[in-house]
Amino acid sequence: MSAVSVTSAPARAGRLRLNALWLAVPGVLFLAVFFVWPVAQLLGLSVVDPDNGAFSASSYQRIAATDVYLRVLGITFRIAGWTALWSLLIGYPLAYWLARLPDMFRGRMLLFVMVPFWTSYLVKTFAWMLILGRSGVINSLLTGTHAVDQPLSLINNQFGVMVGMVHAMVPLAVMTMLPVMAGIDRRLVQAAQTLGAAPARAFWLVYFKLSLPGVAAAGLLVFISSLGFFIVPAFLGGRQETMLAQLIITQVQELLNWSFAGALSAMMLLAALVSCVVYDRIFGLSTIAGGSGQVGTGRIRDLGLAILSLIAAAAARLGAVTRSLLGKRVCAMLLPGFCWLVIAFLVLPTLLVIPLAFTSSQFLEFPPPGYGLNWFRTYFESPLWIQATIRSFAVAFVTAFAATAIGGFAALALANSRTRWAGLIFAFFLAPMIVPRIVIAVGLFYLFARLGLIATDLGLVIGHTVLAIPFTLVTIAAVLKTYDQRLDQAAATLGANRVRTLTGVTIPLVKGGLVAAFLFAFITSFDELTIAIFVSGGLKTTLPKQMWDDMILQLNPTLAAVSVVVFIVVTAMLLVAERFRSSSRLD
Amino acid sequence: MAMATSAGMTVTEAKPAKLVVEGLCKRYGATTALEPSSLSVAEGEFLTLLGPSGSGKTTLLQLICGLVEVSEGRVVIDGRDQSATPVHQRDIGLVFQHYALFPHLTVAENIAFPLKMRGRPGAEVAKRVSDALAMVHLGHLAGRFPRELSGGQQQRVALARCFVYQPSIILMDEPLGALDKKLREHMQIEIKRLHRESGSTIVYVTHDQEEALAMSDRICLMNHAKIEQLGTPREIYERPRTAFAADFIGISNIFRGRWDGNGSLETAHGRFALPHGAHCESRDAALVIRPENLRLGAQDGNAVNGRVSEIVYAGSETRVIAALEDGSQLVLRLGPDDAVPAIDEAIVAGWPRDKAVLVA
Repeated sequence: MSAVSVTSAPARAGRLRLNALWLAVPGVLFLAVFFVWPVAQLLGLSVVDPDNGAFSASSYQRIAATDVYLRVLGITFRIAGWTALWSLLIGYPLAYWLARLPDMFRGRMLLFVMVPFWTSYLVKTFAWMLILGRSGVINSLLTGTHAVDQPLSLINNQFGVMVGMVHAMVPLAVMTMLPVMAGIDRRLVQAAQTLGAAPARAFWLVYFKLSLPGVAAAGLLVFISSLGFFIVPAFLGGRQETMLAQLIITQVQELLNWSFAGALSAMMLLAALVSCVVYDRIFGLSTIAGGSGQVGTGRIRDLGLAILSLIAAAAARLGAVTRSLLGKRVCAMLLPGFCWLVIAFLVLPTLLVIPLAFTSSQFLEFPPPGYGLNWFRTYFESPLWIQATIRSFAVAFVTAFAATAIGGFAALALANSRTRWAGLIFAFFLAPMIVPRIVIAVGLFYLFARLGLIATDLGLVIGHTVLAIPFTLVTIAAVLKTYDQRLDQAAATLGANRVRTLTGVTIPLVKGGLVAAFLFAFITSFDELTIAIFVSGGLKTTLPKQMWDDMILQLNPTLAAVSVVVFIVVTAMLLVAERFRSSSRLD
Repeated sequence: MAMATSAGMTVTEAKPAKLVVEGLCKRYGATTALEPSSLSVAEGEFLTLLGPSGSGKTTLLQLICGLVEVSEGRVVIDGRDQSATPVHQRDIGLVFQHYALFPHLTVAENIAFPLKMRGRPGAEVAKRVSDALAMVHLGHLAGRFPRELSGGQQQRVALARCFVYQPSIILMDEPLGALDKKLREHMQIEIKRLHRESGSTIVYVTHDQEEALAMSDRICLMNHAKIEQLGTPREIYERPRTAFAADFIGISNIFRGRWDGNGSLETAHGRFALPHGAHCESRDAALVIRPENLRLGAQDGNAVNGRVSEIVYAGSETRVIAALEDGSQLVLRLGPDDAVPAIDEAIVAGWPRDKAVLVA
């Protein structure tokens, strides 16, 4: 393939292609220094003896020999696995329903997924603490109506963690599955029906099968993200639900044991990578997607199809029974009904925080005895909170600029490049999304400690930019993908040079995508806690860091007021971003 | 209603009605996708639903196969009312516009799909799949995936998948729409062959009038969500009932005017003699003359004056386009032996009165 293009294209074309890829170099360098290097160093530390600097596997021996660590590892895998499973089970029908909606309506309904997706984990977790706590919303309602005598234990146990984790992860699962499902030609299901397959059978044999790549990708992403979670287990879990990331934080912050933190991080990173590989092997992503390469490998495929046809036949029978029991009308209501329940589950908890922020009480009781602006006043009059807020805005603003510039140039480079390097570079830029944040954060902490960047705004900006680059790249690349390259060629034939083409044609046309990318990066930074915990030091806190500190100390209504402010800022940004993104879709 | 149906049965006794559509209608809120329409398709017939986009032809097809729920009326297949039968139990075959081959199944598995849905034994499935593949000359591609095939090959797989289970009726929704002209003509012949060899009943949807003329036993011309005219290709071409029918099928020269109730039509271009016995339901009428019936010079007292604006040489014929006094166009088709006028030359064109058709 490349041989053909080399012989057919003159040398100049080769240089052009190289030039295009040069645009990605700043980003590659940035990620190499502030992402690859710190993570690699952290892994290196895990095999070094902290006392004498010699090679040593003592940290790993300690993990293997200590029951507690192995148990935490097991808990982490178990929780992440269950979270992935439940997120898929709940998210699949919702994604299916959304994918079938008419385009205009879908855009609007999608906000019910997008808003929870971008809502800060802290705010979401805080909401669940208010709902599930011993004197929380559910227990007040239950004891108030004398449905139960004793408050139920809904928090600080496995139930609480699962509710919080699944709530946090369903949006990610839905948003990963949705593009795949939207790409499935619905006439295929109709075709299966005209050929004699009952609706339920047609769904499983055709639609479900074709949606599997999305399901696998969603499961993988949710699993990996869950591995690195610490906010939800810290607040909604008990001792039995301690996860790996919490151990890492303790090792770094309280015990300053770098070597051991490195070893734990390595385990987490390894787990993430292994699950990537295993997923690919079991599900054979490209096989399911209909990739040409491995399709022919007979037996596994036959087995898969056989299992699927068994499920489909059973589903058809079940569908017929359900239909005869409930009637056609009720059956048609099942899916929308379920989806609205899921949406309520995703949206309502956060909204519940709003009335609590306006409570006149000293406590977070529900329903509030009266309403007032006391707690907003407390927030706005507290120098600590206001400084944290200003810092968060400033850091998010600079981060958004940096990430949009780096991601934008990288997207431009990749859009103009047809070499096999392009795919590799794209994957490299997405890597900060796959590597657990806690690993990046600890690595950066170690690096920044030696560069003197701890407790500086610059350190925060750098860390947040690493995390935001994948979002900006994906957003801008999506717009550039629909951008007609011939417009650039037309501009060139009409006499515009490279720079004039970029400023006069390309940028105005992809402006919406750039603004959307900027806002997504802004939200990413504004919400970010993990890096902030480590890098901001004790003094220069950001809004999420201040919330985290307060939540650990004691729940108070100020937190509700802050949550409302954060929620409103993020939601407003998101709505604007979505508007810009959809307006700049060029097809 | 029962009387009408039984009367229809006796008329077409030689070929029993395979499909009867009675007052079938589809409404979406205030918009009507199909006005109440009735038609009957005989066993082994090739009927084409022809019309511009939005004419209701695809809606009618989807109502017949059950992909869309009926608002009013009945769909009767083999004498049984199927209006409320779910798609998968209707025993119809549908060939989709973009083939709708299952991308995760091989060619052979795609063709085996309907047989497996019907629970046929493995040996029979294998036999019939290989027969179907042979029928469309694709035996060597059984193990390939749809995306590895060309457009024409995918189309043949779609046809094989439909013919393999011998459904009582085969519906085709613009199946050749995505193919280029040459391949399309080839596949037209292929479909005709499959139709002849299998003896199946086919309802075919297209917006291409040439395709409709070339393939159909009968054409059901549709416009504005209702049936405009139903007849053999020759009937529709030679005796269009409306100006729309005349205009949509083939090239027509149409003169609108006022019928005197007798043998002539008063138009902006003069008074024209009508065919003997011509009759029209309204006084506002139009006269249709096909280009091949126009000659240079007056005929039977019919003549219009124009000036040649374009000459299109097409091998077996030469098309002369003339501008009339009011700016409208006239198209003449001249044979290879006819003298061809020059561009800008003033001409007089006429036609034998019986070669024209009076329409509403």
